[in-house]
Amino acid sequence: MSKFSRRDFLKTTASAAAAGTLGAGSAMWSENALAQSKWAPEKGATLRVLRWKRFVQGDEDQWLANTKKFTEKTGIPVRVDSEGWEDVRPKAAVAANVGSGPDIIISTFEDAHQYPDKLADVTDVCNYLGGKYGGWYDVCKDYCMEKGKWIAVPMGCAGNAIVHRIGAMKEAGFSEFPKDLAGFLKLAQAYKAKGIPPGFALGNATGDGNVWCHWLVWSHGGKMVDTKGNVVIASPETEAALNYGKQLYETFIQGTLSWLDPNNNKAFLDGQIGMTANGISIYYAAKNSPDAKIKAMAEDIGHANFPVGPIGRTTELNLFFPMMLFKYSKYPNAAKAYLAFMMEKEQYEPWQAASIGYVSHPLKAYEQSPLWKSEPKNLPYSNSMKIMLPNGYSGPMGYASAATMADFIMVNMVAEAVSGSKTPKEAMERAKARAERYYKV
Amino acid sequence: MLSRYLNNRNVLGLLFMLPAGALLLIFLTYPLGLGTWLGFTDAKVGRAGVWVGLDNFRFLWGDEVTRLALFNTIFYTVVASIVKFALGLWLALLLNRNLPFKSFVRAIVLLPFIVPTALSALAFWWIYDAQFSIVSWSLMKMGIIHQYIDFLGEPWLARFSTIAANIWRGIPFVAICLLAGLQTISPSLYEAAALDGATPWQRFRYVTLPLLTPVIAVVMTFSVLFTFTDFQLIYVITRGGPLNSTHLMATLSFQRAISGGSLGEGAAIATAMVPFLLAAILVSYYGLQRRTWQQGGTDR
Repeated sequence: MSKFSRRDFLKTTASAAAAGTLGAGSAMWSENALAQSKWAPEKGATLRVLRWKRFVQGDEDQWLANTKKFTEKTGIPVRVDSEGWEDVRPKAAVAANVGSGPDIIISTFEDAHQYPDKLADVTDVCNYLGGKYGGWYDVCKDYCMEKGKWIAVPMGCAGNAIVHRIGAMKEAGFSEFPKDLAGFLKLAQAYKAKGIPPGFALGNATGDGNVWCHWLVWSHGGKMVDTKGNVVIASPETEAALNYGKQLYETFIQGTLSWLDPNNNKAFLDGQIGMTANGISIYYAAKNSPDAKIKAMAEDIGHANFPVGPIGRTTELNLFFPMMLFKYSKYPNAAKAYLAFMMEKEQYEPWQAASIGYVSHPLKAYEQSPLWKSEPKNLPYSNSMKIMLPNGYSGPMGYASAATMADFIMVNMVAEAVSGSKTPKEAMERAKARAERYYKV
Repeated sequence: MLSRYLNNRNVLGLLFMLPAGALLLIFLTYPLGLGTWLGFTDAKVGRAGVWVGLDNFRFLWGDEVTRLALFNTIFYTVVASIVKFALGLWLALLLNRNLPFKSFVRAIVLLPFIVPTALSALAFWWIYDAQFSIVSWSLMKMGIIHQYIDFLGEPWLARFSTIAANIWRGIPFVAICLLAGLQTISPSLYEAAALDGATPWQRFRYVTLPLLTPVIAVVMTFSVLFTFTDFQLIYVITRGGPLNSTHLMATLSFQRAISGGSLGEGAAIATAMVPFLLAAILVSYYGLQRRTWQQGGTDR
């Protein structure tokens, strides 16, 4: 059953559709119609949606176009507001707290677990979508399910991958991007020798800092908490990670301790660094730059997933987006219809393409999206949901995991240890003491 | 009966004060009270808290990051306020002279204060950038340094860099207020002092300074309050980094309460600022009361 998914079935029967049998096309449309009737909108329904502000223009344009399409089809007016992604979280929290606000909020990370009792059960929507599109990646369940119920609909994640210069890598004797830690370190040293050192954010950079620091620790088998939520960060594995990080840090361009999210983009596009971790935005900016020199750089930009450490599996962290429907919404059916509609292939694929893959899909069927085939360079970003771990790994998600990340405990620990301002042991103990406070509550 | 009450001065006074009182109660007392109360609970975002007494404060006292933030805040406030006062006073004295284009220059001086903080903070963020700093670039070109200065990457350098940004922004406020104070001092006093053979320093020390004291007290109170509660500059330039060395109480409070969801703990950090702010106000209140000194007497 799992080998032969519904999606496969639809694909194999697609050609048969032309022959006049009950084909995929018509099946899909009838299902779509079913989806619409499944959540018969309340009379006079209107919706308000709050989402994070686009990283690339195409995203917003297509999202609004899809929303307009929904309004045309159903007659339900939808207002979409956007806020900077870091501002959505507090706003969502306030909405949850006071019990009024936008019907749907598209927020980040484990927000759904912070106030699960304020969120509507969207199991029906998720089961419908999962059934139709080959199922959800595992991490979706970590972020959006509680006690066997779906409390948010996964939208996807902003994938983060290694962005690097291909030419210099080849010159240094690497035919392809290294897949293990030793090779990765060697490559970093090679970039430094070439005068375009790597640069990874170590300041209080909510996105870029958290992403690579979590990868560093996780890839060595270190983690903040065990499955029961006991803080286990002070471990030989973490120490090994920090020692490795120290070697890596020696190759970095100077100033990364102060780097916030935009710094690496600027430095990379200026040709000062040869390797960093980022969303697809650097490539996008280079490709569309009016400056011929930067545009030429796009050719030389390569993407790769982070190398795998001794733990033997991918350990990436990406910016996950849950779509939350609040219980206070007066039009839950209309909202569910909207959520389902936006995730349907007819809307999702064009939207993903318009955002040039900035958002990686949560539904397995979208691996086949034409977007990922049109541009081989995007491919590492298509894996983002598949290969990531939730930020609260490997413990329960909720207030403690959110607070631990918001307080930059992991980033601070890595920064302290690799910069030599603390020994790895001291840094780990400090991180442990800080995290324990949150996990005790 | 009613008309008798309405003719009573006390009743009327109370009645007229009601709207203002209500405004104060709703927009000042209530939020402050709520914030303080939250500091004694374990409220989380999306979940009302229960009373936990001094638990938050006990934890915060033992929390290295909070202690560092307290130290940073006090250091930031003391250094920035002293420099702002010294430079502000100096600027005010200069502006008080008969300069060409007097009003124009005075208007220009106010610019840093007029520009929205978030904007000037962004400018400073670029100025201090590890890769694109104009300061480092110029010094490199002049051959003075051989490596870009890591303004925001080294803890002490980052502290002083953010303090410099705060000073740049705060000087105009101090200078213009002190200038207003200077202009209320009657020129005849200086003439009399000059006739008595007072040196410029003596004129400043025994005429200007005593008469300026009330203004200084008010200005410095506000300056200290603004600096102590600064948020925007730090939030834009460093987010409290590197290694939390520029985290102020206000930024840490926001980070813990809003981003981190620990409303209670964040409120407790904010509440912990109140005693310091009260102390600053009391000092200025005391300063304002030193009238006898201004009249040439001594304090009792």
